[in-house]
Amino acid sequence: MATVTLRGPLKQLAGGSDHPVDGGTIGELLRELERAHPALGGWILDERGLIRRHINVFVNGELAAAETAVGDGDRVDVLPAISGGSR
Amino acid sequence: MTQLLVATKKGLFTLEGEGGAEFAVTARAFAGEPVEYAMRDPHTGRYLASVTSAFYGPKIWLADDPGGEWEQAQGVALPESGDQALERIWTIVSGPDGRLWAGGDPGVLFASRDGGASWELNRPLWEHPTRPDWQPGGGGLCLHSIVPWPGEPDRLALGISAVGVWLTDDGGETWRNGNQGIRSPYLPDDAPADTLTYCIHNMHRAPARPERLFMQFHGGVYRSDDAGESWTAIADGLPSDFGFPMAVDPADPDSAFVIPLTADTDRVTPDGRVRVYETRDAGASWTPRGEGLPSEHAYLTVLRQAFGTAGEGDALELYFGATSGDVFGSGDAGATWASVASHLPPVYSVRAAG
Repeated sequence: MATVTLRGPLKQLAGGSDHPVDGGTIGELLRELERAHPALGGWILDERGLIRRHINVFVNGELAAAETAVGDGDRVDVLPAISGGSR
Repeated sequence: MTQLLVATKKGLFTLEGEGGAEFAVTARAFAGEPVEYAMRDPHTGRYLASVTSAFYGPKIWLADDPGGEWEQAQGVALPESGDQALERIWTIVSGPDGRLWAGGDPGVLFASRDGGASWELNRPLWEHPTRPDWQPGGGGLCLHSIVPWPGEPDRLALGISAVGVWLTDDGGETWRNGNQGIRSPYLPDDAPADTLTYCIHNMHRAPARPERLFMQFHGGVYRSDDAGESWTAIADGLPSDFGFPMAVDPADPDSAFVIPLTADTDRVTPDGRVRVYETRDAGASWTPRGEGLPSEHAYLTVLRQAFGTAGEGDALELYFGATSGDVFGSGDAGATWASVASHLPPVYSVRAAG
């Protein structure tokens, strides 16, 4: 089981920052996170199930993608990307 | 007192004041976030705002007080596991039966029967067989104009850029297009009659004569007297037939107001002068209304939803905002104008809340 760390509005919507979540990949893990915390629906993943363009996900400090594998003890950070702050 | 909801690139501003004078900023919500549109539902008194976070996507929010707590509406999304995502909500409109309608990109319509707390995608429009042929305009595939029919909640007209006009008489169960007579400067003369590449910029109904609509087109201004089935050009007398915002006096079915911009290649007020153009004869003639507006070296851009009204007839108030952050208002139906606010972020929409 990995631990997902949320910040800002995502932390508020999920009722806390750290969440132990099961999933073999980042995509699976984020979908499971949404199932456990429905208020997060649409905030990290869009309707297509894709990670929103200006959200970055890191596994143990390394930038990850939806298909990136995760395992027990991994630390997953979900952060707004610097690219989204340009408007 | 008039309350204005001014949606901007950096938050929603609530302004309060008297028509024809400077307003006070009484609240700011969604600080730093792009707020595309905000309105007050006349049936519930609640406020609704569409916000597209660069990070977290488009949402609709509701509040009892624009300076208080906002709650997220549910259902504002496209079907899951499809190949498209909702990009933005362009407008929210109240129907005569209390139903709310929201239009957005990619050319989608949502309806709410509970005052905006939850929304449902209009499937017939989403699944319309012509949709694969729809093309976006420069601002996206935006459903920006929703025009209810007073007293007939199932009759609705939509404007989608760059697709055209869509009409329903059965509450959105079926849709037909109404583009007859529109002359498009970016289509060849021999384009098929059923072409759906019409860049509607704005559309309003004359409430006192509901079969009449006015349209600002991408290169043209039009009037329809048959509920949007066909259109007649009425741009003669304007300095430019290009622009985005439009308003009508609810009491006068022959009235329309536009704010022309120079051209699609130069989207600023013509000749450095800010002027609203008014017709009171259904487009047969236009009169510039600029007393009190900047008249020299003023190159403003007024966006599609940034023109709102309050009241009607002699008490008609008109308000518009520019990407410069200036908001102007008239308390005497456009005869004279004054600065309402300045130094705001770029203005996306202006609506009177009451």
